[in-house]
Amino acid sequence: MAIINRGFGGRRGTSDPRLPPGQTLVGDWPVLTAGPTPDISTDEWSFTITTETGVQHRWDWGTLHEVGVEDVVTDIHCVTHWSRLGMPWRGVSVDRLFEDVETSCDFVMVRTHDGYTTNVPLDDLLEGQAWIATEADGEALTAEHGGPARLLVPHLYFWKSAKWVAEMRMMPTDQPGFWEQNGYHLRGDPWREERYW
Amino acid sequence: MTHVDGNALAGTLVDVLGFDSTDAIGECAGCRHRSELARAHAFVTAMGAIVRCEACQGVLAVVVRTPTDVHVSLSGLARVSIARRVSRAPRPPSP
Amino acid sequence: MTAGFRAAWHVGRVVSRRAETRSAVRLEIEVPTWPGNHAGSHLDIRLTAPDGYQASRSYSIASSGPATRVVLAVDEVLSGEVSPYVVHDLREGDELEVHGPLGRYFVWTPEDPDPAPVQLIAGGSGVVPLFAMADARERQPHGTDFRLLYSARTPDDVFFASELGALTKTRVDIVHTRRSPLGSPRPPGRLTQESLAELTFPAGVAPRIFVCGPTPFVETVSRWLLELGQDPARIRTERFGGSG
Repeated sequence: MAIINRGFGGRRGTSDPRLPPGQTLVGDWPVLTAGPTPDISTDEWSFTITTETGVQHRWDWGTLHEVGVEDVVTDIHCVTHWSRLGMPWRGVSVDRLFEDVETSCDFVMVRTHDGYTTNVPLDDLLEGQAWIATEADGEALTAEHGGPARLLVPHLYFWKSAKWVAEMRMMPTDQPGFWEQNGYHLRGDPWREERYW
Repeated sequence: MTHVDGNALAGTLVDVLGFDSTDAIGECAGCRHRSELARAHAFVTAMGAIVRCEACQGVLAVVVRTPTDVHVSLSGLARVSIARRVSRAPRPPSP
Repeated sequence: MTAGFRAAWHVGRVVSRRAETRSAVRLEIEVPTWPGNHAGSHLDIRLTAPDGYQASRSYSIASSGPATRVVLAVDEVLSGEVSPYVVHDLREGDELEVHGPLGRYFVWTPEDPDPAPVQLIAGGSGVVPLFAMADARERQPHGTDFRLLYSARTPDDVFFASELGALTKTRVDIVHTRRSPLGSPRPPGRLTQESLAELTFPAGVAPRIFVCGPTPFVETVSRWLLELGQDPARIRTERFGGSG
């Protein structure tokens, strides 16, 4: 069937040369909800890096902040075609968290408090490319946006920036997380438009 | 927007399975709860649809549409029971 | 088991369009290949932009039966992708791709042998599939007792107002949450568990219950119904999302 609906253009944002291919600029911050929103207090919050030998490095809300929270201004790109430019965040650099971690693995499975997973190469989490983010748009991260803390790895599509981040588990090979098992690209580079399998 | 329910997936199920199965009974692989697929909680966004058990919130099914494919995971459903039934044939064109 | 109408993709033509409320339109769509539909079912409208971009959304059907004329009442969701186009840009004579009829769970048919009363509970635009059920009951010479409890913001937000007022087989109670009609004995206010109990068939008559509206409305009403002793197996729900 070739019915074209005259005048229908879809809800598209404005195009912008600073954006990766297929993205449009929006002014808000859409929430994509995949399940019930977890309710995690900062008292009970923790983040753990687990190596392939089972060694665990763990931070609670206090010790995370002692590592040092920094300002980040960055662009974010959602695979559902919206982008925001120059978004202000605050978070702890993942480089700092990996300083004492001994691993020979190149890949990480990120796990969240609600059972979601996403895989990221370790190289994409280091060299100033990733944070455990606690604030966005000048405010504490709200629960619907992944608060108290989410992963922020803005050079990849935003589904990799896992909400309610709980753990990074080292793995020797790149294994697909939740969306990657269900049709989405293993790596997700917006500049190469790596959206799907 | 929070969630809707399995009624919203009727069209997708027709496209994928060829028939509307929202009244089929699904059994959750996690908690064994059995109920019509229409009663499941459906979180539908532009990334895809995540269908969760109304009892335990475990993921029953995932539907992702890409430009070239539809990917359906039913791994959270232990089984689906569909009543056998008669469908009315399409009406012939009016004279 | 209810005989079904096989779902398929169809092309329909808008034959009538008029304002239903401030934010909604009533559309009559002629679909020559439509097999007919049960009351409570829905269809998906798929829009295609000139560059090939597509979006689709589900809309409940206000009509039922064997006819090829399908009636919709579509409320605009301001940030939506499809409903603003349907409400503002569709014109009489326009063609439209629709997928349906859809929905085998949230339907009521006049052939249903269950003699128990039927309670319909609508929140906002959730009234559309329930109106289809009450309208199907209206055309039946004999059948079970029907009640419709309809929560709407103001009298201007009531869908099918004149048709509801003319129903003889369904007792209609409208609860206005923001503004009541002039001279109304009931001040505006949200539905409560007490008014729900007052305006619905009691658990003692084991009604079949259909609840439709936004998710928070449906879930709150469902919880209240269970607390009032209604049988969960006799309650069917359809949740509307806000992504229209």
